[in-house]
Amino acid sequence: MSSAVAAAGTGPVHAKHETYNEQIVKLFTLATVFWGVVAFLVGVVIALQLAFPFLNLGLEWTSFGRLRPVHTSAAIFAFGGNALLGTSLYVVQRTCRARLWGGDALAEFLFWGYQLFIVMAALGYVLGITGGREYAEPEWYVDLWLTLVWVVYLLIFLGTLMKRKEPHIYVANWFYLAFIVTIAILHIGNNLAIPVSFFGAKSYSLFSGVQDAMLQWWYGHNAVGFFLTAGFLGIMYYFVPKQANRPVYSYRLSIVHFWSLIFLYIWAGPHHLHYTSLPDWTQTLGMTFSVMLWMPSWGGMINGLMTLSGAWDKLRTDPVLRFLVTSVGFYGMSTFEGPVMSIKAVNSLSHYTDWTIGHVHSGALGWVAFVSFGAVYFLVPVLWKRSGLYSQRLVEWHFWTATFGIVLYITSMWISGIMQGLMWRAYDTLGFLQFSFVETVDAMHPYYVIRALGGVLFLLGSLIMVYNVARTIRGDRRQETAIGGATAPVRA
Amino acid sequence: MTDINRDEVTGKPTTGHEWDGIRELNTPLPRWWLLVLYACIVWSIGYWVVYPAWPSLTNYTKGMFGYNSRAELAENLAAAEAAQSQWLSRIDQNSVEAIEGDPELLNFAMAGGRAAFNENCAPCHATGGAGRPGFPVLADDEWIWGGTLADIQQTIQHGIRAADDAETRITDMPRFGIDGLLDRTQVNDVTEFVLSLSGRATDQAAAEAGQQIFADNCAACHGPAGQGLREFGAPNLTDEIWLYGGEKKEVIAQIHNPKMGVMPHWIGRLDSARIKMLTVYVHSLGGGE
Repeated sequence: MSSAVAAAGTGPVHAKHETYNEQIVKLFTLATVFWGVVAFLVGVVIALQLAFPFLNLGLEWTSFGRLRPVHTSAAIFAFGGNALLGTSLYVVQRTCRARLWGGDALAEFLFWGYQLFIVMAALGYVLGITGGREYAEPEWYVDLWLTLVWVVYLLIFLGTLMKRKEPHIYVANWFYLAFIVTIAILHIGNNLAIPVSFFGAKSYSLFSGVQDAMLQWWYGHNAVGFFLTAGFLGIMYYFVPKQANRPVYSYRLSIVHFWSLIFLYIWAGPHHLHYTSLPDWTQTLGMTFSVMLWMPSWGGMINGLMTLSGAWDKLRTDPVLRFLVTSVGFYGMSTFEGPVMSIKAVNSLSHYTDWTIGHVHSGALGWVAFVSFGAVYFLVPVLWKRSGLYSQRLVEWHFWTATFGIVLYITSMWISGIMQGLMWRAYDTLGFLQFSFVETVDAMHPYYVIRALGGVLFLLGSLIMVYNVARTIRGDRRQETAIGGATAPVRA
Repeated sequence: MTDINRDEVTGKPTTGHEWDGIRELNTPLPRWWLLVLYACIVWSIGYWVVYPAWPSLTNYTKGMFGYNSRAELAENLAAAEAAQSQWLSRIDQNSVEAIEGDPELLNFAMAGGRAAFNENCAPCHATGGAGRPGFPVLADDEWIWGGTLADIQQTIQHGIRAADDAETRITDMPRFGIDGLLDRTQVNDVTEFVLSLSGRATDQAAAEAGQQIFADNCAACHGPAGQGLREFGAPNLTDEIWLYGGEKKEVIAQIHNPKMGVMPHWIGRLDSARIKMLTVYVHSLGGGE
């Protein structure tokens, strides 16, 4: 079989479509787009609340404290989670040449069970039901439900791997499996809690004090490591070579960076607790393992970018590939920024400031969201069997609107974060603090406005995607001149 | 059929597998990548030798210099205290008047007072003592309870209507309206009279009728001419400065059911040196007497 033909999705592969469960991937793809818009919208709302506090509306349900976890959970677990579940179920079938294990009903349960988890979590936040653990706010009953759903996910994924018709397991599946297994362990470990009563929502953590804090950040950092990094590297390893139609740059690098990433990441959590009551030795380990993590992280970037060798010209003509490659660029940037910020001397300036928020969003918007957008644009024509996207030009508009939004977001947060850190530690010659806390808040106002503007642009871009995806599913094709003078890529 | 073992664009060898059309080159690890990885590992090992790093069951490696972040914090705090201690003890030993008279001490007290003011007072009185509705301006020369150094020090120490402080400044303005001390017409008339004191009456007849009501009910605290009386914390009513607003409806509201602000006492929260520095700072804001 010619790889060029296979990569274009025509010919023999097309005939095998019927053997895969693509209905479930369609559902997850639609959910990804839907929850993406929700996450970005709530993000814009809370960004505006920080700039203009009256937008809290004076209601408990719409206050920043309750909407913020709605935003973070919607972005990570609803948008990112659906992207991961959907793409992993697509990729594992294609690269194993096997239909999903467990039958279509089990896959349906996974989809609806996961959506129920999202809705239960979000409703709880708005109503004030929270475990108070960052990025793991749902209370015990939601945690139990997610555990069940996640075990089903693991079974489906593992079962499909076991019955594969390919002799070897493709690298994307290593990353997906590491993500699924580790998230299960993290979720259970972090949420060990004792409910106050059977019919009440409230529970208390099994741990207390600094041990509880350490457990929380062991979870929190590895949610970044295994949900937002390893999982999305799985997406990258399938969709970048697929869209570029080029072989992966280095198999050896993928092995070495996979195992080093998996081994090192799990140690890095304590860097979230520098200069706290966490013992010094724990802080040291968190910091040094974060620094050692730099190159293992960059292994994924190198493999992503260098896969384009021999196909760089496609960046001019293919905006979907541009999304994927830019995401890898942002991935490289934030996985360099992360180790830098983990160094105690830097952390003493950056910690608790908006710099952290900017760092997280260069990863979340630039890496996680962009690679997901690329995957969605790839998947929609394939799943709905269209000849191509409704409009490449609209993908281009989405790309630039979102990129400009990210630039506004992260530069404003860099400036306000570093300014905030410097203001907090500024002393006059007589040894008095130069600025009160209120003055530092006041100084950040313009940057909060710019950040909200960046968020609005990112949201607008996602609405362009919604329109483009909807028209593509309807089977429309816009008449337009190709980008960069090339003929637009056509897929079956 | 192309050769699955070779990439046709670069001619490089592949691993020989193909998944859904994806193949992998077998490019060696980039040399710079490996070197930087090793460098990070070597640096980390060095860091473990120097700093506390690895736990055992009962202890942990202490590092070459026995570094301890809590000890470092304690040292930094002690150094900061030591740097200021001479000044602070001089502030402690001198009266606020003497501090204001000594240019060096004044300089220190102003810096310390500003920092303490911004952290503790600005949330209500605004930066620079610019005031907010209900919270007096501290940068002008109208003082409800007095603007000398001693007055200001007393106010900061004990607050106004502060709970748990026997020496706090306290007076209650009667609730003329809701307690039925004056009827609606009387409240209106006395309001017009109060407005007339700053030349803003809207109804001359009512203002004249209000004069007697004022003399009977208000003059005891606010003075016969409405110029205020600091012993009672009764504001001057003849100028354009209004704590709760000078519009007619706002004055009526204050007579009907007066708002009486509360300021906490700061003794016990701030040490005496800091209260003295705050006193000097507030005194300097524009209206010190």
